[in-house]
Amino acid sequence: MDWNSPFMLTVGLPLLKIVILLGVVAFCVAYTVWLERRLLGFFQSRVGPNRVGPAGLIQPIADGLKLILKEDIIPTNARPFLFRIAPIFAVVPAFAGFAIVAFAPPAGPRASFLISDANIGILYLLAITSLGVFGIVLGGWASGSKYPLFGSLRSASQMLSYEVPLTFSVLSVILMAGSFRLDDIIQAQGKLPFLVPLILAFGVYVISAVAETNRAPFDLPEAESELVGGFHTEYSGMRFAFYFLAEYANVVLVCCVATSLFLGGYKIPFLPYETLLAAHPWTVSLIGLAVFAVKAVAFLYFYIWIRATFPRYRYDQLLKIGWKVLLPISLLNLLLVAGIKLAMLR
Amino acid sequence: MTDLLRAEGTAPLRKVLETKNMELNFGPQHPATHGVYRAVLTLDGERVVGIESIIGYLHRGIEKWAEYRTYPKATPVFDRLDYVGAILNCHGYVGAVEKLMKVEVPKRAQYIRVILDELQRIANHLLWLGTHALDLGAMTVLFYALREREVIMDLFEAMLGQRLLQNAYPIGGVRLDFPKGWDRACRNFLAEFPKRIDEYETLLSANRIWVQRTRGVGVISGEEAVALGLSGPTLRGSGVYFDVRKAVPYSSYEEFDFEVPLGERGDVYDRYIVRVREMRQSVRIVQQALDGLPEGPLMPEKLSKIIRPPAGEAYFCVEGTKGMLGFYVVSDGTDKPWRLHVRAPSFVNLQGLERMCVGGLVADVVANIGSLDIVLGEVDR
Repeated sequence: MDWNSPFMLTVGLPLLKIVILLGVVAFCVAYTVWLERRLLGFFQSRVGPNRVGPAGLIQPIADGLKLILKEDIIPTNARPFLFRIAPIFAVVPAFAGFAIVAFAPPAGPRASFLISDANIGILYLLAITSLGVFGIVLGGWASGSKYPLFGSLRSASQMLSYEVPLTFSVLSVILMAGSFRLDDIIQAQGKLPFLVPLILAFGVYVISAVAETNRAPFDLPEAESELVGGFHTEYSGMRFAFYFLAEYANVVLVCCVATSLFLGGYKIPFLPYETLLAAHPWTVSLIGLAVFAVKAVAFLYFYIWIRATFPRYRYDQLLKIGWKVLLPISLLNLLLVAGIKLAMLR
Repeated sequence: MTDLLRAEGTAPLRKVLETKNMELNFGPQHPATHGVYRAVLTLDGERVVGIESIIGYLHRGIEKWAEYRTYPKATPVFDRLDYVGAILNCHGYVGAVEKLMKVEVPKRAQYIRVILDELQRIANHLLWLGTHALDLGAMTVLFYALREREVIMDLFEAMLGQRLLQNAYPIGGVRLDFPKGWDRACRNFLAEFPKRIDEYETLLSANRIWVQRTRGVGVISGEEAVALGLSGPTLRGSGVYFDVRKAVPYSSYEEFDFEVPLGERGDVYDRYIVRVREMRQSVRIVQQALDGLPEGPLMPEKLSKIIRPPAGEAYFCVEGTKGMLGFYVVSDGTDKPWRLHVRAPSFVNLQGLERMCVGGLVADVVANIGSLDIVLGEVDR
């Protein structure tokens, strides 16, 4: 097969990468669930799933099988067409976001570890992740039931409110790096991860990201003790699994993006990557991949830790924090960064 | 809605844009109602406009059932009222019969009853704390609380043979003395437990989100609480000093030195903190009772095998886990009660729910139900 033919370069290779990435992401998502359940177990002085396979490692597969085999119920009050397609609306953006994530430094001109090296990568990411809310709103509304309706309404206002500070915090990163390309942003963090100069933006990003992914303490759209299950109360079987998959894919995506934007991606601070990369491309690439994974999992651990520690916010308090606390802080931070940048240019 | 839209053009605009309140069925199968309690909420958006309590899903006719049993045979069923505070129900019932028969419970038995009562109070408050925190989204506290409750359950099992529904006391006293090693196990628990309470408080009292979720939510003033007949921690959270153990001491409670924790504002946070402090006080009481445990018999010497109280009536109340738990027994001189009525604190406290919820948000309803600490077995009886 000719790997250098135009067809392979434009269609074949990206398709192959997409298939591999989908598999890897689905695998990661399944084991995020496993990790969360194990970690919550340890936080809460219990064991967590440990029966299926060694240390419960086959549990995600068993859960997936169970969900696939379950009956797919469509309530009589539901709008069947929207009810059927809503989970797809949720799951597609969650996976599509991974297209621009650079997991490791490229090992060669055609051996990059990302699907699309788009020069507006961050904008694409923000756009595609904000589409996820449609799946939730449609699903909740199409269920024809009151609790899901509440969940989807809450979700709509929550995601709308937190999109703004999230975008502003990402904007300050873009200002620092001077590029929308994710790879440029990682390159700009060669010496020091943006975590240190942009600690305010990082804080805003973490909080908004938790809210964007509907996770505790901002898990109001699902709030199992108030709304029973929120927008997915009426879903079962495979369609429920889609929502589940979308939620955790979003979590993994947020971890990857936070790693890229604030923690220096695949880079180890003060290590001369470029010279090393030229000498041993594949070794360095794989080490970079491992570094990326370690950082992302560390962030994931933090995510789960938050869930084990905090109670849930109330609806009005949540919106108050978004508009009255996070938005001014992120704006202030943006001004600061812009000012410093301007002073440096002078 | 469609009718309103069709009327467009003829009706004034205000009429066309009129909104309607939504009715939401909250329960009987709902994770936050702590049993088969059903509330019909009238909602304006997320704001609660009205709340109607619908109970009776767990009605078993326990009071009537008891009329067909001899006095000792009726004892175990009262454990099923408030099934997480079973010992106190049992104490209330046997206390009423003892009062009717004018039986003096031996001092040692009184002290043992105090020890078991207070341990049961701690166990109940632990389960309440865990589920209340879970309702507000703090899931970890539940597992910590259950861990400590497990120790108390083991103590009950060693002493009474059962963990949840112990059928703890016979009429007149207690059945058996403490088994060997029980005293030490109990003291170990008492020494460890206050540190564990500090742990819960680190997770909740010191947590901004928790305070924001509970401060100023479900406020009920002292006057209103008294007028509605609330009792127990729910009443004391509103700052009213009333505890049956202090007001009408029974079972030698006057000999123990303990405080009655009070709230200030009568909100969910106050009801929470009152219960947490009560656990600390219960530890003190059990310690004192273990230290000062008198020697002596466990059952009164002159107690006939067949319990046949003289004709008459008696009302006896204990400070239950939820509040004032009273038993009213009417005897016609036979070996079965002629009529029996339970003043169930959960049932009465539930009256306060409407006052607490209206004007709040849906999420506050969950916090309020949790702060009342209702058990549906007791509400429906």
